[in-house]
Amino acid sequence: MKEMLKADQITFRYAETGRPAVDGLSLTVRRGEYVAVLGANGCGKSTLAKHFNAILLPETGTVTVEGMSTADEDRLFDIRQKVGMVFQNPDNQIVATVVEEDVAFALENLGVPPDEMRRRVDEAMRMAGVYNYREKAPHKLSGGQKQRVAIAGVVAMRPDCLVLDEATAMLDPIGREKVMRTVHRLNREYGITVVQITHYMEEAAAADRVVVMSEGKIALEGTPTEVFRQVDRLRALRLDVPQAAELCHALTQAGCPMPDGVIDVEGCAAALYRLLTGRDAPDAENAKEVAACPQP
Amino acid sequence: MLRDITIGQHFPGNSLLHRMDPRVKLVLTVAYIVMLFVGSNPAGLAISIVFLTALYLTAKIPLKMVARSVKPILPIILFTAVLNLFFMTGTSEPLLAWWIFKIYREGVYYAIVMAVRIICLIAGTSLLTYTTSPIVLTDAIEQLLKPLARLHLPVHELAMMMTIALRFIPTLIEETDKIMNAQKARGAQLDSGKLSQRVRALIPVLIPLFISAFRRADELAMAMECRCYHGGEGRTRLKQLRLHASDIVLAAAAALVFAAIGMSNLFFERIG
Repeated sequence: MKEMLKADQITFRYAETGRPAVDGLSLTVRRGEYVAVLGANGCGKSTLAKHFNAILLPETGTVTVEGMSTADEDRLFDIRQKVGMVFQNPDNQIVATVVEEDVAFALENLGVPPDEMRRRVDEAMRMAGVYNYREKAPHKLSGGQKQRVAIAGVVAMRPDCLVLDEATAMLDPIGREKVMRTVHRLNREYGITVVQITHYMEEAAAADRVVVMSEGKIALEGTPTEVFRQVDRLRALRLDVPQAAELCHALTQAGCPMPDGVIDVEGCAAALYRLLTGRDAPDAENAKEVAACPQP
Repeated sequence: MLRDITIGQHFPGNSLLHRMDPRVKLVLTVAYIVMLFVGSNPAGLAISIVFLTALYLTAKIPLKMVARSVKPILPIILFTAVLNLFFMTGTSEPLLAWWIFKIYREGVYYAIVMAVRIICLIAGTSLLTYTTSPIVLTDAIEQLLKPLARLHLPVHELAMMMTIALRFIPTLIEETDKIMNAQKARGAQLDSGKLSQRVRALIPVLIPLFISAFRRADELAMAMECRCYHGGEGRTRLKQLRLHASDIVLAAAAALVFAAIGMSNLFFERIG
């Protein structure tokens, strides 16, 4: 697989603090991959995200997007078109007063002819599931809907990569769920690479790869199972683990024979079913039923 | 409480006037204002009134909306009327004379014509904002002023500022509401006390609002950069304004009415 984003030994410090926010970090994201970046507040994860489309330039080291260096000013718009960014506050990234015009904003900037723009805007709105609100005013939408409008506005550029900088942090659980489903669909069905900065462990558990940052460096890296298995290590980094992983960890420590590497609710439910009844959960359907049981 | 404020005076609808090209509407409104001054005589004003009434009926906007838009400037109308009434001197005998005040026939005539003219002016310009949403109007202004960009006038930037302002008014109103509630929860008395106290009580509302507005501006600018914003150069638009046959018909009709207003000067003396 080709590499999409590559950060090579990058260091960055903000003028005000002096302490490097990103410190000699190297990271490669492959095309089509879904990477979640975790870390406690102030660990530099947002700073890292802003390097991926040349909002920030590294002090030392290089960042390349499909082989283009972000320091190359001639390729700036190519890079920003390839790597779309979605930020935390949906209100502060919507420019226009009508949904479809906001989705068109990037294309207007890129000088796309009106006929083609119409097609791409409609396509992007369908991909992000906001086509039904296309003529509404953004302030009449809910947080989750607004965030999906922001995603549509980025998707309209036909980016190869989507960087979500805590894009679900301000949303209610339902809005978050819908945004996550949209992002996963974009990743699966359209092959868009996703880099998601988050502090929700459940979101990270659904990624292909999890990168845990601490003090501007990568502290842990691997598949969600590999990462969330290390409950004590994550705690030391001031991070939570998904509830399911935490439960399994606690049970294992209490002497219950739980299987290793369970990180999601379904897996946990199936394991518990096996533990309590002595037989396998009949099928996935049933496991879901068990998972849906009211918790005491 | 703050949520009730309506922004602009847009009156959504789907009439012929609502669908009309905003550029044509804007140009016609300006022409109408000019014609009100050119054809400032009873016949000209009568034609204007008939024309406006016809337009209001086409746009299906209740005529009482005119009253609502005239209301705020009623003092100005009365003021000019009174001035005209007392300071206009005529050749004939005064109709009324009391102490140093003398009212002549010309004075009454002038006062009425002036008042009607101002009302027509307000009603005509309101019709533009009633039938055109602020966003569309911004587009029209940008397109019409485009030639001035060659003289290095920042036309696109002005239009972008207008759009962002319109976009953020509801957001900031909501935020003001939140801050006011937060300050009330801390014991701030925002709607009681003397005027000076109330003004002072607003400071703890305005400061957080300003700080947050700057933060928003910062984030918005970054989001715009991420979407390749680089000024008006080489920009295309999703919504293209196109002239339709109906626009041309309406414009021609308006031109005829304006000509009639102009002609009325041949028969009546121009006033003002």
